[in-house]
Amino acid sequence: MPDQPTGGVPIELRKVTKSYPGVDEPAVHELDLNIPAGEIVVLLGPSGCGKTTTMRMINRLIEPTSGDIVIGGENSRDIDPDRLRRHIGYVIQQAGLFPHMTVAANIGQVPKMLGWDKARVAERVDELLTLVGLEPELYRDTYPRRLSGGQQQRVGVARALAADPPVLLMDEPFGALDPISRERMQDELLSLQEELAKTIVFVTHDVDEALKIGDHIAIMQRPGHIEQYATPAEILTNPASDYVEQFLGGGSSMRLLRLTKVGDIETDQVPYTTEDADARELLAEVESDGRGYALVLDGMRRPLRWVGQAELEGLSGPVGTAGDPVTGFISARMTLQDALESLLNADTEVVPVVGRRRAYTGSLSLTTVQNAIAAIKTHERERRQRRGEGTR
Amino acid sequence: MNLWEYVEDRWDLIVFETVQHASMVAQCVLIAAVLGVLIGVATYRRPRPSALATAVAGVLFTIPSLAMLGLLIPPLGLGVAPSVTAIVLYALLPIIRNTIVGLRGVDPMLVDAARGIGMSRRRSLTRVELPLAWPVILTGIRVATQLAMGIGAVAAYVSGPGLGEQIFSGLARLGGANSINATLTGTIGVAILALIFDGFFVLLGRFTTPGERLGGARA
Repeated sequence: MPDQPTGGVPIELRKVTKSYPGVDEPAVHELDLNIPAGEIVVLLGPSGCGKTTTMRMINRLIEPTSGDIVIGGENSRDIDPDRLRRHIGYVIQQAGLFPHMTVAANIGQVPKMLGWDKARVAERVDELLTLVGLEPELYRDTYPRRLSGGQQQRVGVARALAADPPVLLMDEPFGALDPISRERMQDELLSLQEELAKTIVFVTHDVDEALKIGDHIAIMQRPGHIEQYATPAEILTNPASDYVEQFLGGGSSMRLLRLTKVGDIETDQVPYTTEDADARELLAEVESDGRGYALVLDGMRRPLRWVGQAELEGLSGPVGTAGDPVTGFISARMTLQDALESLLNADTEVVPVVGRRRAYTGSLSLTTVQNAIAAIKTHERERRQRRGEGTR
Repeated sequence: MNLWEYVEDRWDLIVFETVQHASMVAQCVLIAAVLGVLIGVATYRRPRPSALATAVAGVLFTIPSLAMLGLLIPPLGLGVAPSVTAIVLYALLPIIRNTIVGLRGVDPMLVDAARGIGMSRRRSLTRVELPLAWPVILTGIRVATQLAMGIGAVAAYVSGPGLGEQIFSGLARLGGANSINATLTGTIGVAILALIFDGFFVLLGRFTTPGERLGGARA
């Protein structure tokens, strides 16, 4: 079993069209879409816009009428559809668990089809249950109908991840959940994604969900084409058309604060180094930086300790274990609103920001967030003026 | 001679006829179950063939059993052949119909999930659709068994095996010695067999539907 999960692969849709005989309007019309490896791309739009059809063409549950879909460099037409689907995780609304099989049997279906032996399947099932936050001893042998909607969907996600596929397709996976479980599942998906870095195609009609989850969002419109394909912040600050603006609805500015991710704004760059770096060199760097402290990372770029100028002055040789341990992180995927909350509760004035696999990407302080909010405000004001002039 | 004395007197013969009756019914239902499920599986996805299969089985079903058995004498003669043929034909309708209804009743979302995780058509059918339709199919087989019990008794009309022999010989010499005893023995024997078979199906259902035992409606 691989210790490191398989990361995502890119997916490329080239002029993909799906039309049904006897229907004038194609369900999907010459759609081009580049889905980068390891990202969550949300297909967003009203019902009937072709978003689910687009997703189902990726694992060939629907065969495209024309065009090509290239997954990790391989044309999907050249792969046997059953084999293709065993290597693409599939999560649907209400989980779609088989009610006559135990939770373990549900999760073990794909590995079993891939010919894994029993012991390996059992081990993998326990690993996945732990991963999605269900205790294996309690849930392994229960039947799906004993579980709550949220728990069922966790098992659904575990089943999709069973054979460690590089790609995950999720068709309104949290649509049937109550708002509280939905929020929780979204948060858990995001933190899971930080570990796994899969390529995820996520279909929804919920704007807030799309803005929260997506690295990129493709806003779709009838008949089956993309109106705008951009990051959430870009879509909010610069909607491509009236249709997009209308679909997003009002309250864009508030949403922007709530939905701008820490990774999207300019973070502070404090001096950082590793434990084996020379203390004197670091001291020189800290002095020239002027802030008076630096961050020590481990070999995987994960933040370990804050070290102050005073501590460094007494040191020679490697930095070692000098300084105070880092007590809190802010994830690059957190919203500005959540980051603000974390900052207010933090022990230190500055908190490190971490990205995938907890790797350090920058630092955040209240001032940084304030500046970012100011920048967003200006941006919004300019945009409104520009649009106002345009329509007059 | 009262009923008890009659039964005691002919115990060996009655046991033999009972075993024959049970064995005939079991084998006929088995044949009908295999045929019926196959026909159901082959047709349930397409409306026209499944309507045709149900209609044909329905027409066969409406032919009175005595007439059916009589009509089978010219091609098949007397004895086991026409009896088995008639019973299988009658047993087909509930099994075909319940197989189609059961398979169609499987939540399309689950079939989509099965296909979506990479199950082939056949695997989806054997691992997901048939197991989920099984309680409904089993009910069909159970109804077919009850039918076969009764028609099996009538099969004595064409010299078929089983307890029907007691009933027909009794009715043939009504008023004669032991006529009522023979008829009663046959009838009660069939009724007891029917109860035993039904009990077997209840147990079979309980042991072959794992998720169901936990109760509650489909989530």
